[in-house]
Amino acid sequence: MEIVHSSVPLYAVLVSLLAVFLIGVSGRYPNLRESWTLIAALTKFGLVLSMLPIILEGKVIEYHLVTVLPGLDIAFRVDALGITLALTASFLWILTSIYAIGYMRSLNEHAQTRFFMFFALALSAAMGSAFSANIFTLFVFYEIITVSTYPLVAHEENEDALKGARRYLAYLLGTSVFFLLPAIFLTYFYAGTLDFASQGILMGTASNTVIAIIFVLYMAGIAKAGMMPFHLWLPSAMVAPTPVSALLHAVAVVKVGVFTVIRVVLFIFGVDLLAEIGLGTYLAYFASFTIITASIIALRQDNLKLRLAYSTISQLSYIVLAVALLTPSGILSSVMHITIHAFGKITLFFVAGAIYVATHKKFISEMDGIGRQMPFTMGAFTVGALSMIAVPPVAGIVSKWYLTLGAIEADLLPILIVIIASTLLNAAYFLPIVYRAFFKEPASGEVGMKEAPAMVVVPLALTAIGTVVLFFWPNLIMELGKMVVALVV
Amino acid sequence: MIKHLPVLVIAIPLLAAIIIPIAGRINRVLSWYIATAVTFICFIISLSLLQTVLNEGRISYWMGGWEPPFGIEYVVDHLTVFVLIIVSFMAFMGTVYAKKSIDNEIGPHRTPIFYAIYLLFVTGLMGIVMTGDIFNIYVFLEITSIAGYTLIAVGKKRQSLVAGFNYLIMGTIGATFILLGIGYLYLMTGTLNIADLANRLPELYQTSAVITAFAILAIGLSIKVALFPVHIWLPNSYTFAPSVISAVMAATATKVGAYAMYRILFTVFTPAFFASLGFQVAHVLLVMAVIAILAGSILAVSQKDIKKMLAYSSVGQIGYIVLGVSLMTVTGLMGSMLHLLNHAVMKGSLFLAVGAVVYRYGITSIEGLRGMGKKMPVTMAAFTIAALSMIGVPLTVGFVSKWYLAVASIKVGMWYLIPVIMISSLLTAVYFWRVIDNIWFKAAEGEEHGHGHAVSTGTKAVEAPLSMLVPTLTVAVLCIVFGVLAFAPASLAEQAAMILLK
Repeated sequence: MEIVHSSVPLYAVLVSLLAVFLIGVSGRYPNLRESWTLIAALTKFGLVLSMLPIILEGKVIEYHLVTVLPGLDIAFRVDALGITLALTASFLWILTSIYAIGYMRSLNEHAQTRFFMFFALALSAAMGSAFSANIFTLFVFYEIITVSTYPLVAHEENEDALKGARRYLAYLLGTSVFFLLPAIFLTYFYAGTLDFASQGILMGTASNTVIAIIFVLYMAGIAKAGMMPFHLWLPSAMVAPTPVSALLHAVAVVKVGVFTVIRVVLFIFGVDLLAEIGLGTYLAYFASFTIITASIIALRQDNLKLRLAYSTISQLSYIVLAVALLTPSGILSSVMHITIHAFGKITLFFVAGAIYVATHKKFISEMDGIGRQMPFTMGAFTVGALSMIAVPPVAGIVSKWYLTLGAIEADLLPILIVIIASTLLNAAYFLPIVYRAFFKEPASGEVGMKEAPAMVVVPLALTAIGTVVLFFWPNLIMELGKMVVALVV
Repeated sequence: MIKHLPVLVIAIPLLAAIIIPIAGRINRVLSWYIATAVTFICFIISLSLLQTVLNEGRISYWMGGWEPPFGIEYVVDHLTVFVLIIVSFMAFMGTVYAKKSIDNEIGPHRTPIFYAIYLLFVTGLMGIVMTGDIFNIYVFLEITSIAGYTLIAVGKKRQSLVAGFNYLIMGTIGATFILLGIGYLYLMTGTLNIADLANRLPELYQTSAVITAFAILAIGLSIKVALFPVHIWLPNSYTFAPSVISAVMAATATKVGAYAMYRILFTVFTPAFFASLGFQVAHVLLVMAVIAILAGSILAVSQKDIKKMLAYSSVGQIGYIVLGVSLMTVTGLMGSMLHLLNHAVMKGSLFLAVGAVVYRYGITSIEGLRGMGKKMPVTMAAFTIAALSMIGVPLTVGFVSKWYLAVASIKVGMWYLIPVIMISSLLTAVYFWRVIDNIWFKAAEGEEHGHGHAVSTGTKAVEAPLSMLVPTLTVAVLCIVFGVLAFAPASLAEQAAMILLK
């Protein structure tokens, strides 16, 4: 494979880090401050986009930053998998920035400077994770994400927020220190390297038992992927302002989580090794358990954001399940679902925030007839919900189709039952909201249009349109997904 | 001149300690200028010695030209300069910081004496590191300790006196053990030169006198490095000492104790000696270290006073240093040595940051730090960097030492040490996050703010004076610098570890 040496990946990481400082010093001038966020978001997306043609030619971009210790390098390597995450996160950051400005200003939130600073920092780290060339670099950025999102979760600074934020930190930091880090120690000890390789680096280095232990440590350590039993941080994080829930807890943070799972499964262990020991199948059933259980819990949530959070937990496990199948279609589905779920779920969270901005309602039971007041918003919600359920012509069906194919290729028929059951559950917890919004009578006195400000509504309309576009033109992400498949199988 | 640097690094502060009280009679501020200049010169000399050692290897300096083992020898090798630089740098930072802080905490009229004793303290520390003579180690240890008791006792609170006294008692017991051990060794070998001792001891390894000497020395050293459960002098000393002394002592005194431990365990005695013993000394050390790590962290979690919390955290961190020693491998020793440096900069900046709060607000309770992030943003940023480093976040120094200790544990097949390191990291996260929450995310008493309106609390940032802020920030930044460019100290530590285990 041809390697291009370039410092563009570094710039893509640094651009929002620079924005952190600029936002910090211009805190007194809100318009200037927000323009830094927008400029950084656009520049970042531009930089990522500029790397895309090189990746599509089948090359990889490498950049070595610093050697911390022998064997521990901070280095970047942009490949098809990494750029999928980077494109998704940086594109959605642009829309989220606009949305966040509208949201924060409408609610007249406090500490907005801190909010935008740490938002930019979290995005920097998300880019760094996407471009990591080895598990150490990935771990570093993974931890930076944890720490930098803490102030965002604790934003409200009241008892609830601090409690939620502490739980958030305890789960994410706890698992990563207690499981992920030892897994990295062991990987280094047995493989002698931490660099990602397309066939894995652990083949033939240790006994099957040891490999299995390392695998369990990794899977337990990557709590950001939201797999049970270490999923409770995600509902806790819902105390954050909605833009945070939307971009970070539906896209950047959790996608870095599943991205790390994919990296570890394919590039640390490798398809052959896992297939030989049969660990992939265990992981697939484990993820299936999360898919079903989280969906059942979602059914019972009245708080809209919490229902979305449990839906996210369930959807993340789709990605884990897909890659755990270790078949071409499965891997393709997992890569594509990163982007497809991101567009759908960010739309849903944007809607939850828009409802809160316009009406201060948080609970589904209060939302009778809200579709008549907020037709655009609830229309977008419907699109997002259909994507989650996987109904054409919305993108969700694309990745689910390949997931189904993957399960058949892997000859795991019980997984098919899981997919069908979870689809029904998805419908059961999303469609009643749509029904309630459009067909139930609103409470008296709530008539007429009452949409949120344009800066809030336009982004969510765009992501909803994006979800539909991804159904008709999934070419780019499919191309990238196929490149990942070609690399590892 | 250059040839005499090894002795000048001790002679200069020693002489200055005598001059300062006299100079202080002329002008009080003059004493601070002299102390700053002297510690700075010591730091520069240490750097120059580092360069010499890297280029030419071990330096042996014969005091008065007398050939060892008859005369006193000063030895400068990789381990020496490693510790020497930590000590002289932190001493320099401490002096710069002390100007405002000490005037405030002990009263201006006592400052000349303070600086004189401070320099004696530094002299002792550097002497221990430089000397190649085991009796000299004892002498300098006593100089350090006696100066240390005084420095603690000058603290503002009444408890300072008690803390200083407790330290005096414990320190004296420790020193007596060490003296006794040295006496036994001298009886058996007739020499006090460390290199000479190392040559003569092997044939005496089986004698009960040598084994007893080792046991007594080990107890004495444990007290000096404050290894749990003989750490009891440490928490109160650090808590009630003047802020700058807490910082400098935490960063240097226990580190030099660890240095003495390295020398005695590995140079005077050798791994061959441990192998000849009937039972595994390393295992005893290992168990002690694990207990120290866990107990220190658990005790730190329950503290309400920030300085006491940091002090108990030190007890746990000393456990790391001993843990690396107990593994008896190059990687383990590297982890231990790197932790000397890393803990010095982490704990140094934490204590310095807390000292700045004490200077401005006189607060040492963790509750009292509420809303401090708005009042002293830069100082608190330094605190936060160092706290994250203590937790072991990658790209900070805390991660580097944990990495080496973990890799070393796996290499010798002691998997079960990894959960210990991880549990203690998590406990560290628990006790530091309480503080960080208070600093950044809780409003100060009477300044509650609610949701829904942009609040301007009206509290203006009142930072510490620049002479305190700059050292605090410098040391905090080093937590990141040596976390990213860790290969530099690591390669020096590797050389030092190989010398010890040769």
